[in-house]
Amino acid sequence: MENHVTATQNAEPKPGRSGASSAADTTSTAGAAALPRTGSSGRLGNRIFAGLSTGSGVLILVILAAVAAFLLYRAWPALTAGADTFAEVDFMSGRGLWAWVAPLVFGTVLSSVLALVVAVPLSIGIALFISHYAPRRLAQLLGYVIDLLAAIPSVIFGLWGIQWLMPLVSPVFTWLSTRLGFIPLFAGYQAPARNIMTAGLVLAVMILPIITATIREVFLQTPRLHEEASLALGATRWEMIRQAVLPFGRSGIISAAMLGLGRALGETMAVLMVLSPGYAINLFLLQPGQHQSIAANIASHLPEAGSTGVDALIASGLILFAVTFGVNLIARWVINRRAEFSGAN
Amino acid sequence: MSVLAPPLPVRRSRKLARWAPYAVLAGSAAFSAGLLALLTTVTIAGLFALTAVSYAVAITTLSRVVEGPRWAKDRLATALVTLAFLLALIPLVSLLAIVVGDGLGGFSWDFLSTDMVGVFGSMTSGGALHAIIGTVYVTGIASLVSIPLGIFTAIYLVEYGQGRLKRGITLLVDVMTGIPSIVAGLFAYTVFLVLFGPAYKSALIGGVALAVLMTPVVIRSVEEMLRLVPNELREASYALGVPKWLTVVKVVLRTSVAGITTGVMIAIARVIGETAPLLMTVGIAQNVNWDAFDGRIATLPVFVYRQYAQGGVAADRAWAGALTLIIIVMLLNLIARLVSRYFAPKGAR
Amino acid sequence: MTRVISRRLAGISALGALALTLTACGGGSQAADGSDSGDELTGTIAGSGASSQENAVQGWIAGFMETNPGASVSYDPTGSGTGREQFINGTVQFAGSDAAMDAEELAAAQERCGGDVLELPLYISPIAVIYNLPGLNDTHLNLSPSVIAQIFSGEITAWDDPAIAETNPDVDLPDLPIIPVNRSDDSGTTENLTEYLAAAAPEDWSHEPAGLWPIEGTQSGAQTSGMLEVVGGAEGTIGYADASRVGDLGSVAVGVGEEFVPFSPEAAAAVVDVSPPAEDASDTILTIDLARDTEASGAYPIVLVSYSIACQSYESAEHAEVVQGYLSYVASEEGQQRAAQPDVAGAAPISGDLRERVEAAIEGISAAG
Repeated sequence: MENHVTATQNAEPKPGRSGASSAADTTSTAGAAALPRTGSSGRLGNRIFAGLSTGSGVLILVILAAVAAFLLYRAWPALTAGADTFAEVDFMSGRGLWAWVAPLVFGTVLSSVLALVVAVPLSIGIALFISHYAPRRLAQLLGYVIDLLAAIPSVIFGLWGIQWLMPLVSPVFTWLSTRLGFIPLFAGYQAPARNIMTAGLVLAVMILPIITATIREVFLQTPRLHEEASLALGATRWEMIRQAVLPFGRSGIISAAMLGLGRALGETMAVLMVLSPGYAINLFLLQPGQHQSIAANIASHLPEAGSTGVDALIASGLILFAVTFGVNLIARWVINRRAEFSGAN
Repeated sequence: MSVLAPPLPVRRSRKLARWAPYAVLAGSAAFSAGLLALLTTVTIAGLFALTAVSYAVAITTLSRVVEGPRWAKDRLATALVTLAFLLALIPLVSLLAIVVGDGLGGFSWDFLSTDMVGVFGSMTSGGALHAIIGTVYVTGIASLVSIPLGIFTAIYLVEYGQGRLKRGITLLVDVMTGIPSIVAGLFAYTVFLVLFGPAYKSALIGGVALAVLMTPVVIRSVEEMLRLVPNELREASYALGVPKWLTVVKVVLRTSVAGITTGVMIAIARVIGETAPLLMTVGIAQNVNWDAFDGRIATLPVFVYRQYAQGGVAADRAWAGALTLIIIVMLLNLIARLVSRYFAPKGAR
Repeated sequence: MTRVISRRLAGISALGALALTLTACGGGSQAADGSDSGDELTGTIAGSGASSQENAVQGWIAGFMETNPGASVSYDPTGSGTGREQFINGTVQFAGSDAAMDAEELAAAQERCGGDVLELPLYISPIAVIYNLPGLNDTHLNLSPSVIAQIFSGEITAWDDPAIAETNPDVDLPDLPIIPVNRSDDSGTTENLTEYLAAAAPEDWSHEPAGLWPIEGTQSGAQTSGMLEVVGGAEGTIGYADASRVGDLGSVAVGVGEEFVPFSPEAAAAVVDVSPPAEDASDTILTIDLARDTEASGAYPIVLVSYSIACQSYESAEHAEVVQGYLSYVASEEGQQRAAQPDVAGAAPISGDLRERVEAAIEGISAAG
């Protein structure tokens, strides 16, 4: 089965993702060399256009460097200070910078991972449904609705979490805590459901639209011929999806997940509204007052932080930045490793 | 973006009748209701969950017996995909229903055309005109910066870039995608604090914060779209002697304009509802501020948050503000669709 | 057009309501003077600071701008700390703050003003200890300071605890666990409650007064709205919030001496009246050292006093005039009555004696040079 499809793919020209880029690099120069130039206007245009786009690319580097530099500039006093500097900062309650940031990093990552675990499979499901299962009209309508949802301000997700989600999950959490409470994961639930699990669920719903929208776009671009080739060889719809759609969309799925992760890591208002914060490192998912995310912590304390406090908060922001940097590096490494074995190439 | 009718699966030798899945669904719903009634109480959530599970089991078993294992797998996948979709639809629809339901109460022409000057206590007048203008300003500034910057960077990555610079930019764009909104806010806050002193407040600061968030989203989606332009088109254009830059503008961008517009819309949608960076950079005002470069300015998400925080009748204004935001995005989406339909080459997918 | 009319109508009706309250109170001798008699002011000033004052300030701004349409006042509820900071670095002309400035801040503020600083206690508001016990939300449960302290520190864990039953003999207390709720952000409300607990129940409350809740691992919410969502979100919760925001929730009658006093503006004003000025108070710095452990009859001791901070002299004459006009309005009987309306902020109006001293301080505001 697999062999047949691969053979068919190879026989065709390859409009696939990486094929397009690498081929563009080689053929464009070859084409340009082989053909006589159209004239000086074309050459000037080329130069300006290449300059503009290269400049934009470099500008991105500059902006990113500026973000890091300005944050570092403000965070430097806090990063280099001794523990006693922070004695006067109320919200650090006597902890040093690293002792204070560590639980926050843990809480941030935990809530985002919970959100991704819930959201990514669901998003793939929705995207597949819209791109390959739903009738055309319905699919367009659904795509539209989901695009809209990406615009709902996070405050509203917070309100929704409080008014709609918490009463709904509360009985489930109670059940988990009483029946499975011997597992630390589920121990010690206390109503209302203002714990890291609820925060993760709200984050999952928040990032669902943006992940789905991105994945759907990629799925819709799956080469028609691949799909038809698969079906023509007698594949069921699911086999066709596994052979043609998913391999083609894999890097798209990962980058969509990264997009979602970025949003989840930095989401502020919704977490601030649905989570009872705490500074512990543990996996009591249902207990209130155990975890807090860096972003929500910044928003919560910035108004009343003195100048030392602001430095510490900005330092935590810089660390959040570093965490996202690290996560992205790992993701890219994973994509590159997987790409070598990917059938889509 | 057009959606294709999925190609029909091939005929199989022995297959279930068309009505079979529906019959199985009805059967499992009845079974679940019965089971729930027998053991505990019937709740909608419980019924939904049990029906889903029993349907998946039943249809897979049935298909396996009648049609064979491969088709059974297909049936199971269909059931799961549909289930994922329905499951995700519940929170999203409830959210939309809450916003529309609660928002319509306070939503009126008066709401759109007044600001909050002189409104206090339990007065139900007052509106979001100042916040709408602020949101347009802030998002507009962000778009002015990030759309051209994003498109050009994407063109660089797809059409021009090579070697280490390209790899570096690709990596850093990914990193930038992950910049948390609060960090972008802190960045803009710090930049203007250092450059202009603490007294300077304007829509520009918020615009800078949002531009940092928006640019990578634009780049990612435009890049994705440009890569999908078949190489044959580029080669055909070169073969006709068209210079590279014109090929990019007239062939590559033109072919992918629909996707680019959608990508830009997603990028705008992502930043237009950002609350935290605006809360810390531009603050809130009660009056209309027409000057984007001087003075405090209200924005819709911050307006929503402040009104909600005030409680009482102000909460109605918060919901109406959220509804306004969604309507704005809806209108933008509509415009984008018209634009892309107008520009897109005929017959493109 | 309709907008103008409706706003004017609202203004008229608000004035009407005000006139009614004024007559009901017998009217003050100084009600008419101050802002009303002066010629119209023009200019723009900005303020920022405590969010506790936000609702009252909006009422004041609206009232002030009704009589002075040429002037414009804005207030950004950024939080007390940021408000003081922005006042000191010159971003705003006045600030609202739940806490008096410390010595260091005061010195910096005097430098910014080039002279004396005004700290005026113009917003006095009771803080209610709120709870969510369906069926009991209309009765004010009687709780002594020591019981409140034990509940919040987690020593009393059930609503039918004998200590609670003792002071509420006629109430059928439910068999529910107590869920104490606190503010998760740094707030003046928390600071006032902890200050009260530390002063009134020192044996049962071992923590220092602080703007941040000292106990970790609790249910909590950001801002007053967050607090209300948490308390409203489950049965058996107990928390604290600005009295004007209590709504449908129950509120505690706090033990003072032998009595149990539910919150009211009058009871809050009573505790301010028996409180001495703070140590560093002067003619312009009218800070108050609240008598938390008072046993005076009818006084409600959990009170938030939020200060309006301004300079005595401004470089710009326009700023000086508008700040003076605005603060005079706020201190006037009309302004205080407006903030006292339950649907505005439910604040306690300042006493006549305090008003005289406040007005004397405001008189001194002038343009430098």
